[in-house]
Amino acid sequence: MSWLIVTPIVLPLATAAVFLLLRRNLAWQRWLSVLSGSLLLLTSVALLLQVYQGDILVMQSGNWSAPFGITLVADTLSAIMVLINGIMALVVALYSLRDIETKLEALGYHALYQVLLAGINGAFLTGDLFNLYVWFEVLLIASFVLLTLGASRAELKGGLHYVLINLLASMLFLAGVGVTYGLTGTLNMADVAGKLSTLPAGLVSVVAMLFLIAFGIKAAVFPLFFWLPASYHTPPVAVSAIFAAMLTKVGVYALIRSFTLIFTQDVAYTHTLLLIISALTMLSGVLGAAAQTDIRKILSFHIISQIGYMVMGLALFSPLGLIGAVFYLVHHIIVKANLFLISGLIKREGGSFDLAYLGGLYQRKPLLAVLFLIPAFSLAGFPPLSGFWAKFIVIRAGLEAGQYLVVAVSLVVGLLTIYSMTKIWQAAFWGKEQKTLNPKPGSLRGLYIPVASLALLTVLIGLWSQPFFDLAERAASELLEPSGYIEAVLKPGGAE
Amino acid sequence: MEALLALVIGVLVACGLYLMLRRELLRFIFGLMMLSNAVNLLILTAGRLTKGEAPIVPVGAQTVSGVANPLPQALVLTAIVIGFGLIAFALALLLKSYKALGTLDTEDLALLDDSDSDAAKAQGGI
Repeated sequence: MSWLIVTPIVLPLATAAVFLLLRRNLAWQRWLSVLSGSLLLLTSVALLLQVYQGDILVMQSGNWSAPFGITLVADTLSAIMVLINGIMALVVALYSLRDIETKLEALGYHALYQVLLAGINGAFLTGDLFNLYVWFEVLLIASFVLLTLGASRAELKGGLHYVLINLLASMLFLAGVGVTYGLTGTLNMADVAGKLSTLPAGLVSVVAMLFLIAFGIKAAVFPLFFWLPASYHTPPVAVSAIFAAMLTKVGVYALIRSFTLIFTQDVAYTHTLLLIISALTMLSGVLGAAAQTDIRKILSFHIISQIGYMVMGLALFSPLGLIGAVFYLVHHIIVKANLFLISGLIKREGGSFDLAYLGGLYQRKPLLAVLFLIPAFSLAGFPPLSGFWAKFIVIRAGLEAGQYLVVAVSLVVGLLTIYSMTKIWQAAFWGKEQKTLNPKPGSLRGLYIPVASLALLTVLIGLWSQPFFDLAERAASELLEPSGYIEAVLKPGGAE
Repeated sequence: MEALLALVIGVLVACGLYLMLRRELLRFIFGLMMLSNAVNLLILTAGRLTKGEAPIVPVGAQTVSGVANPLPQALVLTAIVIGFGLIAFALALLLKSYKALGTLDTEDLALLDDSDSDAAKAQGGI
């Protein structure tokens, strides 16, 4: 069913077009946003089922056979990422109903949100390097506008950091694509993978490093992450949540795809480099978080730190390592989005994002305290939540590969993560209540529902993790055996 | 011919990066434009420069020879359009930031106090 692979991209784009037609009618936009998110979720579930029961799904657009046309490929990893994007789309759309001010909605927030989702799905589903660049730019421009929509001083300053560094990353990516085309004569990922092995290793390393830097900037690895803590704390909470959940993970997905499918010729060099980068990323992220007092800045630094774990799983390049990377991706998307959404709730209930001005929320809002504990403990890696299994798999993979130093770093980083989460808990929930603030009044039930559903999902993955592990295992085995992917894309008469 | 263009690309990248390291953010954008042009030239050169006809297949013919490579042209066109949109947005952002923040000098921006004041936090700003 080739339409199933295109729908996750076309549906949000069509919804965005409808929203642009409905520019004055904000009520319709809000509910259509939720409807579109639900449809997107259903389609992505159908896509994952189709890929799980059958083979890798391939669609050659325009019926031009590979490698001449643009191929859309859904293997298990892509389908998992599209599914998690669907879940996030719905949850954040629900949260946006109550969280985003009318002023921002009138400026086109909902249309931009849908374009962002379309770009993310496009990046996950494409099988062509230049098409990947195009979808990166689609999601990038949508994120630029979403980041600076409110045009406050903080948003503009953060936006400047974000925009300028990401534009540089786009240029580097495009340069890498150009050099790849010059070397291999093709841009289809499967075809490039086949042709690179015949080329001199030095040239291939140049291209690999260009892609590493470009995707590394997007994924916020060390030392390319400094745009993230400068910008992610500035926009409205729903926007921060979808950024933190999905945008860096598109970079990690691109890294995984490049360094398992395309650049596997010199694993001793590239993947050792990735391992060192992952260790430094984990450390610098969590040490940066230890110095912050704004909840959102702490969470932003933690994004960086957890990205390190995912890159570690990729760098280990073993079956268990890649299973860990995929499992960690899913776990972290859910937990990080949840934490950002909860920070919005803390702001509304407690009055501020800054820990110095918060306190006593445990007595006033015990439900919020519990809802904070679940993702916070999951992030730190407490059993039986999802973070425990994710960390366990990655660390076990590291031990099996003999990388004891990186494993030690990751365990220390886990301890420091607990420190950060405890700091937020102690200052915001346990401290004495500060009387000087006015929490925003009004019913917040609409905001608690998405947060509670994400928390439930975290508990579910933690307690019932075997199916998720099996799914991750299938994705990892497909990644480590790229011939299946290459054959599915390049086989003659594969167009539908 | 490719060697000459490679030199040109190198010079453009060097100038672009030099501009991107300046204090004033408008020069960063100029540097970005030069870098964008350099990368577009890179893609075009990577497709091998040949003297050929326009790549249009005549009616009824199955193949055609002696034509230029159409793929790099398509790539560069797309890249130019995307770059144009992004740079337009970046310039608008710079203008808006200049009006709101008062400066586009990176040294001054780094010291700029953009965080909400305590009173604003108490009132629950964004």
